[in-house]
Amino acid sequence: MAPPVDRRLLGESAPAKTHLVVAGALGTLSAVLIVAQAALLAYVIDRAAMRRATLGALEGELLALAAVLCARALIDGGFELSGRWGAARIMSELRGRLAGRLLLENPEQRPSGARTGELANTAVQGVEALEAYFAGYLPQLVLATVVPLAVIVWVTGADPVAAGILALTVPLLVLFMVLIGRGARAQAQARWRTLGLLGAHFLDVVQGLATLRAYNREDAQERTLAQVGERYRGETMATLGTAFMSALVLELCAMIGTALVAATIGVQLVDGALGLQAGLTVLLLAPELYGPLRLVGQQFHASADAATASARIFQTLDSPCALHHAAGALRPPSPALSPVRFEAVSFRYPGRAEPALERLELELRAGAITAIVGPSGAGKSTLARLLMRLADPTAGRIACGGVDLRELDLEAWRSQIAWVPQRPTLFSGTIAENIALCRPDASAAEIRAAAVAAGAGDFVAALPQGLRTPVGDGARRLSAGQAQRVALARAFLADRPLLLLDEPTAHLDEASARTISETVARLAHGRTALLIAHDPLLTELADHVHALGVGQPETSESVLARAPGAAARLVGA
Amino acid sequence: MIGRIGRPARAGALARVARPGEGELRKLARSVALAAGAAFAAGGLLATSGYLISRAAQRPPILLLMVTIVSVRAFGLTRAVLRYGERLSSHDLALRQLGRLRLRFFRAVVPLAPGAGARGSGELLSRFVADVDAVKDLYLRVVIPALVALLVLAGASLAAWLMLPAAGLVLLGSLALATVALPWLSGTVASRTARRQAPLRARLTGELIETIDGASELALAGRSHAYLERLRRSDAQLARVARGDALASSAAAAAGGLLAGAGVLTLLCVAIPAVHAGLLSGVLLAALVFLALAAYDSILPLSAAARSLRVCATAAARLHELAAQPAIADPAVPRHVGGAGALSLEHVCFRYAPEQPWVLEDLELRLAPGEHVALTGASGAGKSTLGDLLVRFGDPVDGRVTLDGVDLRELAQGELRAHVALCAQDCHLFNTTIRENLLIGRRDASDAELLAALAVVELDGWALALPQGLDTLVGQNGELVSGGQRRRLALARALLSSASVLILDEPTAHLDAPLARRVMRGVLAACEGRALLAITHDPAAGGGRFDRVLELRGGRVRIAADESSPGHPRTACA
Repeated sequence: MAPPVDRRLLGESAPAKTHLVVAGALGTLSAVLIVAQAALLAYVIDRAAMRRATLGALEGELLALAAVLCARALIDGGFELSGRWGAARIMSELRGRLAGRLLLENPEQRPSGARTGELANTAVQGVEALEAYFAGYLPQLVLATVVPLAVIVWVTGADPVAAGILALTVPLLVLFMVLIGRGARAQAQARWRTLGLLGAHFLDVVQGLATLRAYNREDAQERTLAQVGERYRGETMATLGTAFMSALVLELCAMIGTALVAATIGVQLVDGALGLQAGLTVLLLAPELYGPLRLVGQQFHASADAATASARIFQTLDSPCALHHAAGALRPPSPALSPVRFEAVSFRYPGRAEPALERLELELRAGAITAIVGPSGAGKSTLARLLMRLADPTAGRIACGGVDLRELDLEAWRSQIAWVPQRPTLFSGTIAENIALCRPDASAAEIRAAAVAAGAGDFVAALPQGLRTPVGDGARRLSAGQAQRVALARAFLADRPLLLLDEPTAHLDEASARTISETVARLAHGRTALLIAHDPLLTELADHVHALGVGQPETSESVLARAPGAAARLVGA
Repeated sequence: MIGRIGRPARAGALARVARPGEGELRKLARSVALAAGAAFAAGGLLATSGYLISRAAQRPPILLLMVTIVSVRAFGLTRAVLRYGERLSSHDLALRQLGRLRLRFFRAVVPLAPGAGARGSGELLSRFVADVDAVKDLYLRVVIPALVALLVLAGASLAAWLMLPAAGLVLLGSLALATVALPWLSGTVASRTARRQAPLRARLTGELIETIDGASELALAGRSHAYLERLRRSDAQLARVARGDALASSAAAAAGGLLAGAGVLTLLCVAIPAVHAGLLSGVLLAALVFLALAAYDSILPLSAAARSLRVCATAAARLHELAAQPAIADPAVPRHVGGAGALSLEHVCFRYAPEQPWVLEDLELRLAPGEHVALTGASGAGKSTLGDLLVRFGDPVDGRVTLDGVDLRELAQGELRAHVALCAQDCHLFNTTIRENLLIGRRDASDAELLAALAVVELDGWALALPQGLDTLVGQNGELVSGGQRRRLALARALLSSASVLILDEPTAHLDAPLARRVMRGVLAACEGRALLAITHDPAAGGGRFDRVLELRGGRVRIAADESSPGHPRTACA
């Protein structure tokens, strides 16, 4: 068959297997009914046309014909229902696996090309393409296998010569479909890439619309959009030209096959070797034989799209995990009590020539605040990622209390860390829900206290709905500073032994920064903290300051060493 | 919101979308002609071959059959070729429409930015890609099949009437019934689900994007399972709606078969007595039945067409609803300014909605040409809002903003932004090269000028050291460069602009203190001769070189209290 049924999909998806069985059963039943309908119709026409039979004489056959027509209609509905239901289940299953992969196993992973819009688009729109595959293409594929067999078997009984012709043309058709199908598949893949790029491009443009307007560039972007659209049209038309060409060839083959059969029947009829009834049946069955084959060819481009879409999802599912999940899964020692040591840690992002970190030596002393300073791009954020085990070092090791982080239970380790990233994500929900991200069971009073501690109390109080204000996708957009305060409130509420703050005061004014740094000092008391900071207010808090250089990180400790009591003094104040 | 879109609104929106663009009407006519031709050829093929077999059964001399044999083959070949042409032509039309619609709705949302962006990128992505994609199918899946069905209905009935008038009437009646009933049935059942699917998909896409973006934070928070569960719930809801849709379409598919079967049986019940009575030649009976079978092949796709119509109409209504949001418009007769660059806010009051608190209240601020001013204030004090008002990303509720004495509302926005450039805090880096991102500031800047601007923000060495230099890609949202580099690239872009007034919102965020100081001084030096308003929480980075440092507090501007500015102000305070 032209495009093989996606073995991966059918092999791994239980709903897909169930659906295939149902489609097979319905297809077989349908084939029998097709032959029965042709035979009955031919019988009735023959009796009426040649022997001038009355309605009364044909009553039984007409009733049987009505029953067959009803049954065929119901089977059509059954195909549709089973196909679409199966597709819906498969779609959900694949999306669930995709989300599980990205959420549970490898949160830092984005598929190569790394475009969130493209990925989400594939997971929603792309997986939808499977519907066309399972509800449209697959039933046709079953019919295309079963119906020609049934038809040839029946015609052999009525007219062996015609059956011979039919049996010869079918492999010819399949051969053409394979030859044309290969080219169409490659082009469909190219088109999917274009479509994904187009979706990502559109998201990019829409996200940057304000920037474009600020520079009067919206008109120019319009032209780019037009060019990209035109390129998409060109590429798609090329694919369709080939895909439809296969349909044309199939139709011409079917036409020649039918014409040959009709000619044979005609000659045999004129010779008197065949009756009208048999001739009509064969003639009615010839299109039924080629029909499903032709429809398979017609829906080929849809099926190629679906196959490519599922391949993209599997590609994401298959891409290598940068984390080494330990089998041992030791209980982690508390970083509040045991020091965390970076021992000759190197890290290189996949596909990058330059290492982000090289042979880094660093100790986070238990209960102390360590600040990391360094120019932009020195690998400060990478260091944080490794500490959180969002990625593992390419060389060297990070150990807590002497145990390699890779030997610890991943979730238990992460649950010890409160993290405030540089650009925190606000999830759709209320501000309170966002603050309570790490502790969804927190009481309203605790949440309010955390908001106040993070300096978010005032702006939240000014909102009409206060903490219950919805934020995130499609709702109110908080300013960068406000989002940062919500993330800080998150960390305060989380109350975890290891604090990891990535420039928490970057967006804040000096007065707020002072409040925050005091709160950080309070919160860091009795905990281990890693501060990535430019702000002198924060580095002042640190017991140790570690400087990272560009490219070649320095290994010296406490470059900007402060009086060790700095933090204690602030806390005591 | 979507549920409330009434039938007239959808019809109106659809009518506006359906209006063909330049040259599209001709392509539509060609597609319909090709499709109808293919349908007639299919009918002709079946009818003539039915006749051929019946005639052959009467065992006439083979020569008498030659004409029929030739026409059977001609019909078959014509059908194949016409169908190929029709498919290419109609898909080309749909893709042209897609390009046109995409541009049109892009133009419609441009005036809504930055407000439109606040709706969430997930929802916007879904709207634009899915809704515009859906609307493009209007001709391909609705208009062309409907017109072809009507032509076939008329043609087949006429042909049957010529053979046996009663048969013509029966065929007309049963085909007309199917033509009306099938689309009505499938359309009605599907309309409810079609209305619900797009918002569910949008929500699922939005949730997917935010969970993928925030996957690391969720992992740290230990909430990955909870958010996976939330995705599963949205997914299950979508699946439930999809199952409802499946039930509707399968019922319609069965109904189509039943109606076609009933039609053929009725035709037989009329034609068989007619043959018996000698009113219809026996050789035509097969032709008549085959003709009816072929005609139904063209009517049955109307079920799918009706479903597509609903989908198109809902998508079109949603797109128009988005486009109909109030936008900031240019004046009918814009005034012009010399562009000396004197900005002033007079008694400006602003709030986002009448029920919300004032962000700016009776604000007075003057920025003289060439003056360098730092504006500080607590986060949320309205600093960025003020920046937006200066480039007309919003209009004051009360008071006015003027450029060289002219109210901004009397200027064309293009002219205003040619004079006043804003580098917003969330300034976007596009997923393209460093060069292309910088050229947004000034299209015709030379490489030397780009590097000079990069030198101000101390990125020239970094850019030249990259293997691909200025042609290095920055990734989605600039994710391939660090936060500080992202900020500085945006800054370099603003410096390139030839505007006489620059508004820089937090130009030195994400930079360490020494770098922030060097960059700020470089920016001040590079802005010699043009006015600069730096919105910053760190005015000290200017090293006392700002002419004035102002503070925004309680919606008003004050002279900053701790005005440590040891520099030498070039102008007195306003």
